[in-house]
Amino acid sequence: MTAERIRFYQVGSFAAGNRLLDPEQRTVQSRTERSNTLTSGHRACQGCGEALGARYALDAAMRATEGKLVAANATGCLEVFSTPYPESSWQLPWLHSLFGNAPAVATGMAAALKVKGRDDIRVLAQGGDGGTVDIGFACLSGMFERDDDVLYVCYDNEAYMNTGVQRSGATPPAASTATTRPVGMEAGNRFGQGKNVPLIAVAHEIPYVATATVADLHDLEAKVERAMTFRGARYLHVLVPCPLGWGTASSATIQVARLAVETGLFPLFEAEHGEITSVTRIRRRTPVEEYLRAQKRYAHLFGDPPRPDIVARLQAAANRTINRFGLAE
Amino acid sequence: MRRQLEGSVAVAKAIALCRPEVICAYPISPQTHIVEHLSDLVRSRELAPCEYLNVESEFAAMSAAIGASAVGARAYSATASQGLLYMVEALYNASGLGLPIVMTVANRAIGSPINIWNDHSDAMSQRDSGWIQLYAESNQEAVDLHIQAFRLAEAISLPVMVCMDGFVLTHAYEGVDLPAQEDVDAFLPPFAPRQVLDPDEPMTIGAMVGPEAFTEVRYLMHAKQMQALDDIPAIASTFAQAFGRPAGGLVRRYRSEDAETIVVALGSVLGTIEDVVDELRADGIRIGALGVKTFRPWPLEEVRAALAHAERVVVVEKAFAVGAGGIVGQNVRLALDGTGVTVHDVVAGLGGRPITGRSLRGLLDDAIAGRLPRDRMTFLDLDTGIVERELERPSGPHAENILRDLGVLARPY
Amino acid sequence: MHQVRIHGRGGQGVVTAAELLSVAAFAEGRHAQAFPTFGSERTGAPVVAFCRIDERPIRSREPIAEPDTLIVQDPTLLHQVDLFAGLHPGGLVLLNSARTLQELGLDDTGFRIVTLPATDLARKHLGRPVPNAVLLGGFAALTGVVSLDAVVAAIREKFKGAIGEQNAVAARVAYEQLEAVHA
Repeated sequence: MTAERIRFYQVGSFAAGNRLLDPEQRTVQSRTERSNTLTSGHRACQGCGEALGARYALDAAMRATEGKLVAANATGCLEVFSTPYPESSWQLPWLHSLFGNAPAVATGMAAALKVKGRDDIRVLAQGGDGGTVDIGFACLSGMFERDDDVLYVCYDNEAYMNTGVQRSGATPPAASTATTRPVGMEAGNRFGQGKNVPLIAVAHEIPYVATATVADLHDLEAKVERAMTFRGARYLHVLVPCPLGWGTASSATIQVARLAVETGLFPLFEAEHGEITSVTRIRRRTPVEEYLRAQKRYAHLFGDPPRPDIVARLQAAANRTINRFGLAE
Repeated sequence: MRRQLEGSVAVAKAIALCRPEVICAYPISPQTHIVEHLSDLVRSRELAPCEYLNVESEFAAMSAAIGASAVGARAYSATASQGLLYMVEALYNASGLGLPIVMTVANRAIGSPINIWNDHSDAMSQRDSGWIQLYAESNQEAVDLHIQAFRLAEAISLPVMVCMDGFVLTHAYEGVDLPAQEDVDAFLPPFAPRQVLDPDEPMTIGAMVGPEAFTEVRYLMHAKQMQALDDIPAIASTFAQAFGRPAGGLVRRYRSEDAETIVVALGSVLGTIEDVVDELRADGIRIGALGVKTFRPWPLEEVRAALAHAERVVVVEKAFAVGAGGIVGQNVRLALDGTGVTVHDVVAGLGGRPITGRSLRGLLDDAIAGRLPRDRMTFLDLDTGIVERELERPSGPHAENILRDLGVLARPY
Repeated sequence: MHQVRIHGRGGQGVVTAAELLSVAAFAEGRHAQAFPTFGSERTGAPVVAFCRIDERPIRSREPIAEPDTLIVQDPTLLHQVDLFAGLHPGGLVLLNSARTLQELGLDDTGFRIVTLPATDLARKHLGRPVPNAVLLGGFAALTGVVSLDAVVAAIREKFKGAIGEQNAVAARVAYEQLEAVHA
């Protein structure tokens, strides 16, 4: 169950001032005693959605487990910017093995902790969309199938960002990446491709699946906390804008994530054992064009010549998602 | 206790005696009976506490072993051939991270063409992966090497691969002495790593190391393997004292001290070679053998000491470096550099072709008579007719072309 | 050293026969080695298994090219596989068949072929046409390389309960039938 959404109509903005909240309802991030699991000094870009998402998710997980957490991290931006040898910004036990094996490494960690009678220590595996949706997919599915006691968090910035913004199985249609440039007649990434890993996770009927973004801190933290109440395989898919790869202002990360939700392109939901248990309805329905115009990776849709047909297809996809998940208020 | 057992089952029982805490294995011929028997032992609680993971690929198997070992659990896996290749990225990762994982490799050929039978191309392809490589001559030695392997791995913080010939050893029933649990416990203390993932003392493992430090890290890996050249004989010696029989070590000489001709080999073929040596000795020929038990690190000094006095050395190996020559042969030549000993590279037993005493006798007659080439490999029992026909007009997969040449290619009708 | 080569088809327990033989020899204080030719596991395909028995440790592992004894579990192999390859003139063949050598066309091979209706005995005592244990009883009688007691003990160790007992009985019957021939 997500936390009750708070509406601040009287304020006229989306500001969520913590002074209005009961102390018990305040976010982990607002507390001085938060773990700061991903501490400052890492080398992420200004405005990096993944750094934000990882900090949010891990501090919430550390709170939920009273600091008894170990992490397996796939190769990618997060791994690279957080551990510029000989420095590290991680304040929990952390292992980076390979690109495609974070779920399997976590499986091994969970088994070891269990055999040692220390399954009070929980395991979190994390990676970007590349390491989760593509190269790590077999290991992810295996971990789900076995129902291993691992929470897997995917930070989805919709391309292989660390290696220079190449297309992944999570890259949305029409997006421009280094390998799906709008050259000639091509209008970015193809329609009809792509993998919906949250729904695939639901199809595995694991105990808990949820989607979240860095735009809603309460929601993300609540979902991490809920995930940690379960034993077995759990999956959290977090949309994290990448200023560099998406061509957005570094100050606009949270705003762009919110637009993805409000257009219906990124549905927020939870599922347990194969059934959707909650969705977050869209409060302010927004046309996809507003979201697309905010990102240079879609600039070719508004160039010379413009591609209103593509925009219309993307709008249709958003509408379909809204209907499918029942996101309209 | 001495029992008549299938090799795989004996090895599984030996592994169980070593008290592995996490077993992750994916089935592949000819290792399946090992992981099946271990599964039974865990399910029946005969092996406990132990988590047995049915993983979805060999890549996952080694990855899970990495996670388990990093948390401080004694981890084990087993594979062969294609499975070993599928986990190569993880093999290098494990050795680079210094994790003392032990793995059985039931030596099997690598495709294409697909072939499930024994040769050494799988393990040989990973000789540079940073793993220690030990080769068993018999099922008894396979049992003994696994027990030594855990101790060695944990002492030097490097993963160890125990190689045993697929089918030839894994599926052979023979007499094996399985040690008692308390004797193995005395030989192998619990795994207590210095670096471990622990929330009470968090650490970061696996950061990217740049040009400024990478060379030093890799040098240290090499230095550790070189140090193993001392550790391996020491552990073998302790083992012999504890269990009353020799096993493992770096090399094993057989009637080679005064030999003019010495045959060098790894694994089970040494049994047949020893029979042949005895027959030729009975005819007055001064011949001996050298079994290489540890291939990585390469026991260069021991090999040199064993072979330098010979007139000729015949290396019989079950793999080769395509486009180059022998692999073991190359390492032997390195050891004999400057000695003037003639080295012949012989490739035999590929894809499970039996190496018979008769063929070996013919080969050694040729060697002693000076009929073996020195500048290129000899392929034992090669059907030269077939290959010469194929070489006249090669195109596409050779296996299928051979059928064309033999006129046995199926046609629809 | 005594070398036995066992021929049959997948599903007839050829591999188990070699295994049991090696266990029996081991129990009597000898060294024994048993292994099959290895192929894809498929019911009905020709299978060969080997067993070496010796007073001394056995080092060689090549397939048995020159057996002392052949055990043939399936006579239909006679026309499909070169069963007698490597067998010396006068070498012993224990053949699972209810027919005579003449009927089988095997009365002039130069080998010493002894027939035993092992499948019939198996049907009678086990209710299933699996002749491997039966033939081992016959082998014990003909060669004395292993004792019947050791064969029976090996059978009982491998097959628990009724199946083990039935196989043991069938092996004994075969032994008694052929003991006369050997004598």
